[in-house]
Amino acid sequence: MPMQASEIEQLLRASFPNAKIDVSGDDGVHMAAMVVDESFRGKNRVQQQRAVYAALKGKMDGAAGELHALALTTKAPD
Amino acid sequence: MSAEDQIKQTITTNDVVLFMKGTKSMPQCGFSSRVAGVLNYMGVEFADVNVLADENLRQGVKDFSDWPTIPQLYVKGEFVGGCDIITEMTLSGELDTLFSENGVTYDKDAADKIREANA
Repeated sequence: MPMQASEIEQLLRASFPNAKIDVSGDDGVHMAAMVVDESFRGKNRVQQQRAVYAALKGKMDGAAGELHALALTTKAPD
Repeated sequence: MSAEDQIKQTITTNDVVLFMKGTKSMPQCGFSSRVAGVLNYMGVEFADVNVLADENLRQGVKDFSDWPTIPQLYVKGEFVGGCDIITEMTLSGELDTLFSENGVTYDKDAADKIREANA
């Protein structure tokens, strides 16, 4: 089952309530997301993206993962 | 040998390892293709591991790195990141620094050309 941008945004919002979140893409399989959140400050990119993947709660896991590809941009606010 | 042992052995016996879909000469996914392309263009010698050829390895490397997607780049046994991270690091020059610090040979002019083309 592909995921809608709004579902992805909801999942991210639950973990990053105060973040600036922008989800784009419309095929539901190859999507892009930008998350700008204060909690990323002082973390390297791997740590930041791990936090985002954790927020997606397994939606990207395995061959049957709903979301095939999510291009991620993460950073702390300027 | 278990997938975990196989991965450990690969990343300790090769300075730069890319776990990818397909091979560096024939990538089978756009994200893998992009990272392999950058490394090839920068003249970096790296071992390519095709996860599509081994289902245990495909899941094994995700578990090993605690990272859900392929490709995955390792330098000197350390996980560096996936496609988005490698792309950002290439453009910011951080990848050059990482290679320099780890004694990995790369073509600085080629790296500069990538940055010029994407400026």
